[in-house]
Amino acid sequence: MWESFLGLYNYWIVILLMMAGFYIVMSRHNLVKKLIGLNIFQSSVFLFYISVGKVADGTAPIIEKGIFSYSNPLPHVLILTAIVVGVATTSLGLALVVRLKEAYGTIEEDEINEMDAAD
Amino acid sequence: MGEHLPILQVILPLIAAPVCLLVRHAATCWLIATLVSWFCLAIAILLLLQVLDGGAIRYQLGNWVAPWGIEYVVDRLNGFILVIVAAIGAVVAPYALRSVESELPERQIGLFYVMYLLCLAGLLGITITGDAFNVFVFLEISSLSSYALISMGRHRKALHAAYQYLVMGTIGATFFLIGVGLLYMMTGTLNMADLAEQLKPLAGSRIVHAAFGFIVVGMGLKLAVFPLHLWLPNAYAHAPSAVSVFLAGTATKVSLYVVLRFIFTVFGFEFSFVGQPLGPALLVLAVAGIVVCSLVAIYQDNVKRLLAWSSVAQIGYMLLGLSFATTLGLQAGLLHIFNHAIIKAGLFLAMGCVFLRLGSCRLDAIAGVGRQMPWTMMGFLLCGLSLIGVPPTAGFVSKWYLVLAALEKGWWPVAALIVLTSLLAVVYVWKVVEAAWFRDPPGTAGRIGEAPLVMLVPLWIAVGANLWFGLETSGNVDVAKAAAAALMGAVQ
Repeated sequence: MWESFLGLYNYWIVILLMMAGFYIVMSRHNLVKKLIGLNIFQSSVFLFYISVGKVADGTAPIIEKGIFSYSNPLPHVLILTAIVVGVATTSLGLALVVRLKEAYGTIEEDEINEMDAAD
Repeated sequence: MGEHLPILQVILPLIAAPVCLLVRHAATCWLIATLVSWFCLAIAILLLLQVLDGGAIRYQLGNWVAPWGIEYVVDRLNGFILVIVAAIGAVVAPYALRSVESELPERQIGLFYVMYLLCLAGLLGITITGDAFNVFVFLEISSLSSYALISMGRHRKALHAAYQYLVMGTIGATFFLIGVGLLYMMTGTLNMADLAEQLKPLAGSRIVHAAFGFIVVGMGLKLAVFPLHLWLPNAYAHAPSAVSVFLAGTATKVSLYVVLRFIFTVFGFEFSFVGQPLGPALLVLAVAGIVVCSLVAIYQDNVKRLLAWSSVAQIGYMLLGLSFATTLGLQAGLLHIFNHAIIKAGLFLAMGCVFLRLGSCRLDAIAGVGRQMPWTMMGFLLCGLSLIGVPPTAGFVSKWYLVLAALEKGWWPVAALIVLTSLLAVVYVWKVVEAAWFRDPPGTAGRIGEAPLVMLVPLWIAVGANLWFGLETSGNVDVAKAAAAALMGAVQ
């Protein structure tokens, strides 16, 4: 029982980060904090993919004499793409926050909502 | 040349986008974007004709064999969706010239077309690919560009709407990514056809069920299914007019396509509808969405916002067709995807013309505009009738098939509900018509002219399509029927 529980520790970390990130996105009103939450949420998925690619006793996927067991490199490659997407999303989000700050003078969502409702 | 059409479909706009970025000159970028979107439409039509004649087209990227390499697959279903997306793109591009010129600062116009082309490439890519991870990549290409497009709106609310859409859209896409990861974990493949094979013996697995949940909910966010729709009204209402037209006609339709593709092709009918209560769940969400969002639409005082709320309600009709889990219901849903694309494109095109002349789409601002812009508002009225479902318009055809599908199931309360909720559409379309024709223009307004021809022609192409597909129904009804039969037949 304990062994399988501890043996899956990377998945527990994934779930913890995922829920923490998701909670931050939903509960914070600060636009930058929301983006940080979103980032944590996405990072958990990166860890998840990398965990999936691990082969027991496998080494880095580089062909070498005397080594027969490699980790699956495909999830690594997939997640490189997803990381790039994550970076693009974060930078676009931050650019929007800068523009929002210029337009509204605040980055607190409830204050922005009040101003939106007023006009 | 002919055999490379599937890749050309995506790569043309994808390459044209950086070209526009280098050029930056507004008129040249517009010309490139327009020509490319017309080429895309031609390619989409050629592909659909090929698929209707023969079987599905499979295109191996870089000659890497299927389950390992990425594969583009065109069959009846996505051939149909490709034509819808490309057609809306081909209508919006010429229209954008004057509309964008008046709404965006000069230095942003070139960039607008870069984003438009990327968005088009992303949407076409999602539709054509046969690889689950590739869907995610194209989904993010189209999403990121649409966040940027929406933020270009004139009012500062556009920025807030774009930010909200970015957060919701990223959560949706990440959910989808988790689902695909779980599937890869179980099967070791990402190719949709291969996934379908590998998943058959795994129907009882709890991980596969979790993957199904993540994918459906994630795409549900992008699709704006009723309780997940909160990003949509603001995004459509505050985006530049041309963007509202383009997104209203394409983005949610493509997301719905992905849901259909996964439900039917990847997971299979048995797994989705028999193994778990997807049908009743969709039915409840669809009905709630139709009723609530139609009621909310009635109380809007900005016409673009009104149309956006009506879009969420109309998505409900498409899901309703899907929830019947019958060939006829699916056919009705697919038809409504097509018809709603041309209806909403037409309505937003008309509002873009009004916005060009008045600088506002509020009901009190458009008072009396019907007398000053008769062609624009006549177009709006005809598309509005199509939205309600009055014969002989396209909207009538898909509502008719929806009612037939409901009756075939013996669900007459649902059939009655479809008819009753159409009356709600009468109310909100009437609100606009009443303001435009039966109210006196505000005293301050000077005389305004009709919209320029370059915007009226795309509008009337949409209006013409609404009338044409209302009278001459054999074409799109048959394609929808064939696509629905192929989806259902693949599993039964």
